[in-house]
Amino acid sequence: MEELPIRTGNDVVRVRQQVRAVAAESGLSLVDQTKLVTAASELARNALVHGGGGMARVDVVTSGAGKPGVRIGFTDDGPGIADVDQALTDGWTSGGGLGLGLSGARRLVDEFELNSKPGSGTSVVVVKWSR
Amino acid sequence: MDVDSNQGRMGAYLRDHQDKVVSRWTELVVAGLRGRSSAAEVRRELEDLYSLVIRAMSGADVQAAGELRAALAELSRSRARNGFTPSETALAIFALKDAVYELVADTTDLMPEYLAFSRTIDDLGLHTFETYATAREQVIADQAASMLELTTPVIRLWDGIIAVPLVGTLDSVRTQLVMEKLLETLVATGAEHAVLDITGVPTVDTEVAQHLLKTVSAVRLVGAECIISGIRPQVAQTIVALGIEFGDIATKASLADALAHALSRTGHKIGTA
Ligand SMILES: Nc1ncnc2c1ncn2[C@@H]1O[C@H](COP(=O)(O)OP(=O)(O)OP(=O)(O)O)[C@@H](O)[C@H]1O
Ligand SMILES: [Mg+2]
Repeated sequence: MEELPIRTGNDVVRVRQQVRAVAAESGLSLVDQTKLVTAASELARNALVHGGGGMARVDVVTSGAGKPGVRIGFTDDGPGIADVDQALTDGWTSGGGLGLGLSGARRLVDEFELNSKPGSGTSVVVVKWSR
Repeated sequence: MDVDSNQGRMGAYLRDHQDKVVSRWTELVVAGLRGRSSAAEVRRELEDLYSLVIRAMSGADVQAAGELRAALAELSRSRARNGFTPSETALAIFALKDAVYELVADTTDLMPEYLAFSRTIDDLGLHTFETYATAREQVIADQAASMLELTTPVIRLWDGIIAVPLVGTLDSVRTQLVMEKLLETLVATGAEHAVLDITGVPTVDTEVAQHLLKTVSAVRLVGAECIISGIRPQVAQTIVALGIEFGDIATKASLADALAHALSRTGHKIGTA
């Protein structure tokens, strides 16, 4: 629905604002909105900082049971992640961070799919369903 | 006929018809500004520009061209700062062409000179646009900087207790500014308690958390204690899920709770209303 570039810190703010608007419109509770926006903030910043910039795509989706939800896809053409398990370990960072962004984002959403290979970029897709 | 002699004749023509041209020029500019500057004010500005145009056009005066550009740049900057549009700004110079054309149109033998003159004015007009754009960017940058200042006040809550209400995005620039102001105030007032209120920070992610943790460490280094307040329920749940730990830093739901906490630590007692 909406393709957003992630090239600067301001773009990360814009992604958050877009996700917040779509999440509120889809009827997510305030807690779920906040969780999804925070997860989006982490993944967008990872795409920017570790992936050298990328794109975010925000879509409204419907579950098999007819519940609305919000799906966000992040892609970058950065170096990729060599050891995904290690990257998803709480507290592991390749430099300077808290090492909680990726693992924390996974806990904040209902569905989390990460695809990455060294040299071919990273893609993360997350979904949060309304309850 | 080369450009220089064109300019020389045009310069002489402009000098001879100074009063007529400036009057018409003023009329045109005033009409375009829709009453935002008085005719007398505009006329004064344009007379200054006009004498520079004549000097620049007479060819001999090398300095005049530079002075003219500088004067136009100053005019554009002041128009940009006072909220005039780019076309209103450029009008000041382009209207001179119309004013001169109306006079020259009858004396056909001046046409080549007029064309050269017209090209020079076009050049100056573009110069005006460019200065205007740069000045506007500066205005916007200044506003952003003052917004930054405005949104990071350090407030004295009580004897020995200061508070920083944070509003908006807490990026590294903001954090740096907050930290400097906070540490300065702590040292200047000898306060021993600082409350960082994040009620107005919409998203607390790992970046914001790191900035808060850094600020708390810096506050401790100058011998004071930090309390983080304004943690709304949905933010609290998100922080926990994210796995962020504030360790032994006191955290409170509201600024009032934080104040009560700091007061009890300083030995004050307050009753509940
Ligand atoms: N899009 C990406 N491209 C390449 N590497 C990535 C990407 N996302 C994450 N990583 C790697 O995974 C590590 C863990 O990511 P995570 O977001 O958990 O921590 P961080 O970004 O280092 O710190 P923070 O806690 O501030 O987010 C990163 O340090 C980085 O090495
Ligand atoms: Mg991260």
